[in-house]
Amino acid sequence: MEISKFINELQSSINFYGIIFYALALLIVVSGLVTILANKLMHSAVALLFCFFGVAGIYAMLAADFIAVTQIMVYIGGILTLIIFGVMLTTRMTEANERTAVLDSTKTAIGALISACSGIGLVLVFLLGDWKQVPLEELPESTLQDIGNLLFTNYIAAFIAAAILLLVAFIGAALIARRKN
Amino acid sequence: MMEIGLTHFLILSSILFSFGLFAILTRKNAILVLMGLELILNSANINFVAFARFAGLDIEGHVATLFVIVLAAAEVAVALAIFLNIYQNFKHISVDEIKDLKE
Amino acid sequence: MDTNIIYSLLGENFVSYAIMAIIIILFITVYALIAILAELKISAWMQRRYGPWRNTWHGVGQPLIEVFKLLQKENITPDRADKFLFNLAPFVVFMGALMAFAVIPFGELFIPSDLNVGIFYAFAVSAFGVVGIIIGGWSSHNKYSLLGSMRAAAQMVSYEIPIAICLLSIATLNGSLNMETIVVAQSGWFWDWNIFGGAGGATKLFVIPFTLSLFIIYFIASLAETNRTPFDLPEGESELVAGYSTEYSGMKFAMFYLAEYTNMFIVSALITVMFLGGWNSPFGDFLNYVWLQPAWFIAKAFGIVVMQIIIRWTLPRLRIDQLMYTSWKVLVPCGLFCFLGVALYSMLSL
Repeated sequence: MEISKFINELQSSINFYGIIFYALALLIVVSGLVTILANKLMHSAVALLFCFFGVAGIYAMLAADFIAVTQIMVYIGGILTLIIFGVMLTTRMTEANERTAVLDSTKTAIGALISACSGIGLVLVFLLGDWKQVPLEELPESTLQDIGNLLFTNYIAAFIAAAILLLVAFIGAALIARRKN
Repeated sequence: MMEIGLTHFLILSSILFSFGLFAILTRKNAILVLMGLELILNSANINFVAFARFAGLDIEGHVATLFVIVLAAAEVAVALAIFLNIYQNFKHISVDEIKDLKE
Repeated sequence: MDTNIIYSLLGENFVSYAIMAIIIILFITVYALIAILAELKISAWMQRRYGPWRNTWHGVGQPLIEVFKLLQKENITPDRADKFLFNLAPFVVFMGALMAFAVIPFGELFIPSDLNVGIFYAFAVSAFGVVGIIIGGWSSHNKYSLLGSMRAAAQMVSYEIPIAICLLSIATLNGSLNMETIVVAQSGWFWDWNIFGGAGGATKLFVIPFTLSLFIIYFIASLAETNRTPFDLPEGESELVAGYSTEYSGMKFAMFYLAEYTNMFIVSALITVMFLGGWNSPFGDFLNYVWLQPAWFIAKAFGIVVMQIIIRWTLPRLRIDQLMYTSWKVLVPCGLFCFLGVALYSMLSL
């Protein structure tokens, strides 16, 4: 009895949604920073793993279950594995611990300025803009059926085009990467 | 603690966007540029899903995100194949030193 | 609320989630000890040896003793290794194995999380294992580790495709990705299981060959997914010393070991959910109580684990070209054909 009372008090005082959001945001920001600032290429790739994972968590918080799992499946299982393979195939093992080349400091400063400005501009737009907001509805049972229905009715042309594009891209990639002679 | 709403997610996505832009603008290694691109695509996806949840975009936002994910997969496969070829020809993949189409 | 006994007792809050997680971790520990003992004893039985015998009664304490031995061992980090990634890799691998447990339905009242896309989720988080193994092999700064991890990644990525096809077929047959729905659809006698075409009338005779071959395809692919013999090229000791785990010792090696056995249980649990009726009793209402469902589930899954162990000690290792041939030229076309059959069946019977 005592324990359940304690839990109830704790629950009413803490906003779980907020805590999880800030934890995921911290994970994304820290791993994103490591990705773009790390000296070693492999560290960037591994930080990207946690960044993608955090973004999947954000999707789950936004009630997009299918998108969250697809993010894990495609980004971590496919894209990240490909990127790590790319790192391993284009870096010699003996120089694996060397720094990845960076531009000189002036150019880096300019780049940082541009990206910071665009980031701040976006934040301002998002803060000041009067966004259309609808009251939150009851969460749907699953987004799966709706996504399937929409993909095979309104978006059927885009769906088929994406399928053809994927096929062409993978055949093309295999052809380009193949060793000549 | 403030109620977590649309703005929180949008600001998170804009931070992620600026990270990606920074990587694209300042890093030499082609694979790092690619990683920056992935960060930008992810930030766009967060926006799509956030608007789907809070602004009545509904499932259409999810479908757009799915297409972005599919295109990202195709793009990475082709890009890495090109990088491998560049590496075989030049022995490095620094984007600012690759000026010739052929050596 | 009614999917988990702990949640309905304590309410859905972080304490009940934590208790659930602790139960799962305890389960993994106990299961891994039993599975290691089974591996030792079955291999001994197949080779007409006694196996571990001297310490404790009939050697049943052997796995526990080995765990203590590993705990005492020195944690060696190679001089030129990438220290951070080297230490991170075992945890990433084990994280992938642990995450899948969030959706494994042990029984009507023992589902940790009743996810709408449960099977898809359990399949997707196996990607962490691939990434972790590559990180471990690369950061060891050892050519055997690197080659082993390259092989592991190539193999696991190729064999994900037949697994995805099997998953799609089951989703088509039962019309859901939710594990609970799939299991409930198979309730009844053992001929109502998905391996025998699921519940249905005489028309399901058409689909039985397809689901049976899907089961075999999934079983072969899951052997490759967990890097077990005959697909243990990543750690083939006669070629690569110990593959990606060459440089690991002590607790970090134990993490890799634990992750391998946990992955074996996860693929077995997925087979149980997808093909063998999940928590249902094979004989109608016989012993089909809510409290016995976890026992049925674990018994079925452990049976598959034992099958994997028996196959490990029976078959020789494949060559890398044979491995790729098996995946791309045998399993994928056969799987696609079976998928068409299952899709046709579920379309016509609708």
